[in-house]
Amino acid sequence: MKTNPFLIAFAVLTFAFLIGPLIIIIGTSLSDTTYLTFPPQGISLRWYENIFEISAFRRTMVTSFLLAVGGTALSMLIGIPAAYAMARYRYELPAILGNIYVLPILIPEIVLGFSLMKSVAVGMDFPIMAALLVGHALLVLPYCVRVVGASLNAFDFSIEEAAVSLGCPRWKAFFTVVLPNVRAGIIAGFILAFITSLNDVSISIFLTGPGVSTLPIQLLAHMEQFFDPTIASVSVLLMFVTVGVMAIVERTLGLTFLTK
Amino acid sequence: MTPRLRAWALSAPALLLVLLFLGLPVLSTLTTTFGDPKGPFSQYAAFFNSRFRMTVLWRTMEVAVITTTISLVVGFMTAWVVARAPSRIKSLLIIAAVFPLLTGVVVRSFAWLIILGKNGILNDTLIWLGVITEPLSMLYTQFSVTIAMVYLFVPLMILTLVGVLEGIPQDLTEAAASLGATPAATFRQVILPMAVPGLIVGSVLVFTGSFTSYATPQLLGGERQMMMGTFLYQRAMVTFDWVGASTIAAVMVVVTLTTVLAMSKLARRLNPVAG
Repeated sequence: MKTNPFLIAFAVLTFAFLIGPLIIIIGTSLSDTTYLTFPPQGISLRWYENIFEISAFRRTMVTSFLLAVGGTALSMLIGIPAAYAMARYRYELPAILGNIYVLPILIPEIVLGFSLMKSVAVGMDFPIMAALLVGHALLVLPYCVRVVGASLNAFDFSIEEAAVSLGCPRWKAFFTVVLPNVRAGIIAGFILAFITSLNDVSISIFLTGPGVSTLPIQLLAHMEQFFDPTIASVSVLLMFVTVGVMAIVERTLGLTFLTK
Repeated sequence: MTPRLRAWALSAPALLLVLLFLGLPVLSTLTTTFGDPKGPFSQYAAFFNSRFRMTVLWRTMEVAVITTTISLVVGFMTAWVVARAPSRIKSLLIIAAVFPLLTGVVVRSFAWLIILGKNGILNDTLIWLGVITEPLSMLYTQFSVTIAMVYLFVPLMILTLVGVLEGIPQDLTEAAASLGATPAATFRQVILPMAVPGLIVGSVLVFTGSFTSYATPQLLGGERQMMMGTFLYQRAMVTFDWVGASTIAAVMVVVTLTTVLAMSKLARRLNPVAG
């Protein structure tokens, strides 16, 4: 059956709708006017320079990066053993554990952010950065457990058993036999978790405080006061990060992994 | 160490993280809503009797339902083309859908701020075409929120459905056609039933995502088009009414969990494979 030409035309329009707005952002970021306009009147990179002149952007970029790396690393550190236990000891653990790890996706993010603010930031008196770290580790835990878990489910554990029965200590078998075999899943999971954390608004908005903010929250705050193309240039920088993330996912699990 | 003990020891840190920092805080949010001295349900009575709060709830429902419906139709038609495309084009199209999905929600909402603004590209184009003479104020309306939400969620729907539609063997549609089924009948009797599980998963993701969103209604709806997410934030961080905010949170949790449970039940009933 040939695909209906009407459907093809419709799909072309959909993709124009998806990509068009991003091209408009790129165009706007290159404008030499002090207001947002498209198409740009003249080309200039002044708004890119402006990003680095505004100290709040410089600071929050560093914070967001450290938070995304730290939160994801923390989440991986506890998520990988959990995913390993789920795959390796399938019959020793109740299946409900898998549902518990995805709770951070099931519970509305904004409810989680609000609850963390009340109970952890205020109730337990966590410092801002510590509360953000816990919040982001939670936020990305489902990605860590699920993506690494998918790789582990495809792993043949009899290889690990062979190593152990030949006298290799269990911990060493894990690091030298299991981990290298699921490396692709770990890298892809890490990078997907990283971008999720980097883009997060709903949790961070409750946990950022005086002096400590993340880039998306700073962008929101900036937009409420100024309407200049700086936001567009920051957006373009973030799009470059997305390109990098996609390249890594493509090289590890392949982008079609995301359609499964 | 027995395997069972080892399994639990490996799972413990992740379980602790979720139970301690998600379970307890969210439970505490939910329980505070029943702690009112005027009776356990007085917060809910206040919520459902307040015209303003109900307006916010219905607006959020409406935006979420419209967003889901549009995303479903657009996503399905597009995913069909993607799933049937030659593999080179297919990978390009998947890249084009993944790229916006991985670009942050602030960036994607900001795009619509530029497009729909008073001096935005849409107004400029409409004036240039002579459709309107004065720029329309499209921002901070339900329209601006909805279009940005559709923009946000169509990629998710496409990617969810491509996987499902790829699983429908082309032989099946060809068999139906060779047996004399019209394209419409093939669609209704072969493709649609097999796509139902994916359609349900996609709808749940889009509905719960748009129902609980914060950044998009904040940027494109503002105070005038308050939605549940922005309302919760405003109550919690502007008026510091934590009990009121918790009640909003509880309503959001109930709506999302009910949707997820009801839809997964429906999916099981409609799944042609499971019978």
